[in-house]
Order: sequence, then structure tokens, then C-alpha cells
Amino acid sequence: MTAPPPSAPEALPNGPGAAAILAAGVGSLALGACAFAGDASPLVRKGFSLWIPTGPLSGVTLAAIVVWLAVWFWLSRRWARRDVNLMRVNASSFMMLIAGLLLTFPPFMDLLLGK
Amino acid sequence: MELTFRDLMTVLHGMGFGVLFMLAFSGALGVIYATAAGARWPSPSSALGLFRFYLISMAVLAWLTVLSGSYIIYPWYRAAPPAGAKDLSAYPQRLLLSSPLTAGWHELGMEWKEHIAWFTPIAMTMVAYVFIKYGPQLALQRQMRNAVLGFTAAAFLATAVAGVFGAFLNKYAPVRGGAEIVLMRGR
Repeated sequence: MTAPPPSAPEALPNGPGAAAILAAGVGSLALGACAFAGDASPLVRKGFSLWIPTGPLSGVTLAAIVVWLAVWFWLSRRWARRDVNLMRVNASSFMMLIAGLLLTFPPFMDLLLGK
Repeated sequence: MELTFRDLMTVLHGMGFGVLFMLAFSGALGVIYATAAGARWPSPSSALGLFRFYLISMAVLAWLTVLSGSYIIYPWYRAAPPAGAKDLSAYPQRLLLSSPLTAGWHELGMEWKEHIAWFTPIAMTMVAYVFIKYGPQLALQRQMRNAVLGFTAAAFLATAVAGVFGAFLNKYAPVRGGAEIVLMRGR
């Protein structure tokens, strides 16, 4: 008698993975938006200077990481056992990633600020 | 043969963490693609464990690179010189800004590098998590596999930009100083 072939484990819902992907997109956009806000406004720049030796970069990155982790935590709880439309999640995530990357590019920042 | 403490930390940041991370990229793309392609089922658990360790190591290296860059090297780079200082060699940012021929290295290079590098640990943490969570099941999740490969490619681009500008910045205005470390004495 031969042993039965190994069977694949039950497919996991895509919700937890989608939560991680969308949160990475939101975190990327938050990073770009915070960098842009720090560049655009002296008041924001001063507010982001949480640790003087590193200057505004300390606040920009900390804010982006807090947003990223908070969104990831929230989405992972909401989507823990659900299947979601990954095509929409991917499209949103990549749009936010591209927007975030553009917002850190100094010539693009200057263009938006009319410099 | 000597180097300063700041030289050592800069090399550790750029060559130790950053370049090691860049070298690991082609392996990461191969690991994700091979696992997600699902050529064999089930995959050997030892290989999966190794792949998980590989991606976690990449995420850790990405975090070490940005944290060492932002909180150890960058403060030395942007330190303000005392009023009336003529020699700016210990103040790289001010040295670059002191000439219109080099100011762009700060205004474009460092301004972009200091932010774009932070996309990488966010992306690679997500990639490592998804891989650990789903493993070979990525073969069944085409959209998720595309997202993981896309974010890995974006992380590569971000690291490449940061690495190239880092190399040029350190060429035109090296971060030097601190205790001298003598590696070898000449005859």
C-alpha cells in the first residue's frame, strides 16, 4: 500500500498579505508627504526636528514609520480572515509608492513649490 | 595605514550594511520568484527556512543601513562650523554648499538620498513578512507575488540612488574625524 501524496495546506486568506502591502504603500506616501511638508514649511520643519543632530529627518522618518505601523496594525485586524480584491490593493499601493518616491525628489518638490 | 573613527563608521554604513544589502538583491528576487513559481510542491522545509532567514537578514540590513546613516553619519555630515571658520573640511555639508560647483551634491544628492533610502526598510519588512506568512502559497497568489516583486524592485532602486549619491558625496566631502585608528605602521 502506498502512502497518499502530500496535500497542500489549506489556502490562507489574502487579507493579512494585502494589509501588509497596502500599509507599505501608505507608509511610502507618508514618507514622501512628510518630506515634502518639511521642505515646504519652516514651521513643519521645526516641528519635525525631534533630535537636533539629525534635524527634520528624525521627525519625518518617525512620523512615516508610525503611520505605516498604525495602518498595518489596523488593516491586519480588519482583514485577518478575509479575502480582499488584491488588484485594487496593488494598484493603490503602487500609486502611493510612486507618489511617495516623487515627493522625495528635490526637483519635483521645487516644481510643486514653484521654486 | 590609519583611518579615523568616522571613516570606519562610514565604511560600515556604506560597505558593510549597504553594499551587502545590494549584493543580496538578485538572490532575493530569485528566492521569491523560485518559491512563488511553485515548481515543486511541497518545497523542502530546510530550503524555506533558509529563504526566510535570507529575507529577514535583508530587512535587518536595510534597517541597520538607514539607522546608522541617519543617526550616526548624518549628524557629522550636517554639523555647523563655528562662526568665521575658514577650513570647512570637517563640515561636509557646508563645504559642499560653499561652492556653486559642488552645492548640487548636497541640494540634489543628499536631500534625495536622506529620504529615498527610508523606502527600502519599509518595503523589505513587508516583503519578508508576506514571504514568511505565505511561503509556497505565493504560487497561488499571483497578485500578491507581483506586489512583493514590485516593492523589492522599488527597494533596489531606492538603495541604488542612495548608494550612488553616498559614494559621490563621500568623494567630494568625506565625513572624517574622531579618534585615529592605526591599522599598520610603515617601515
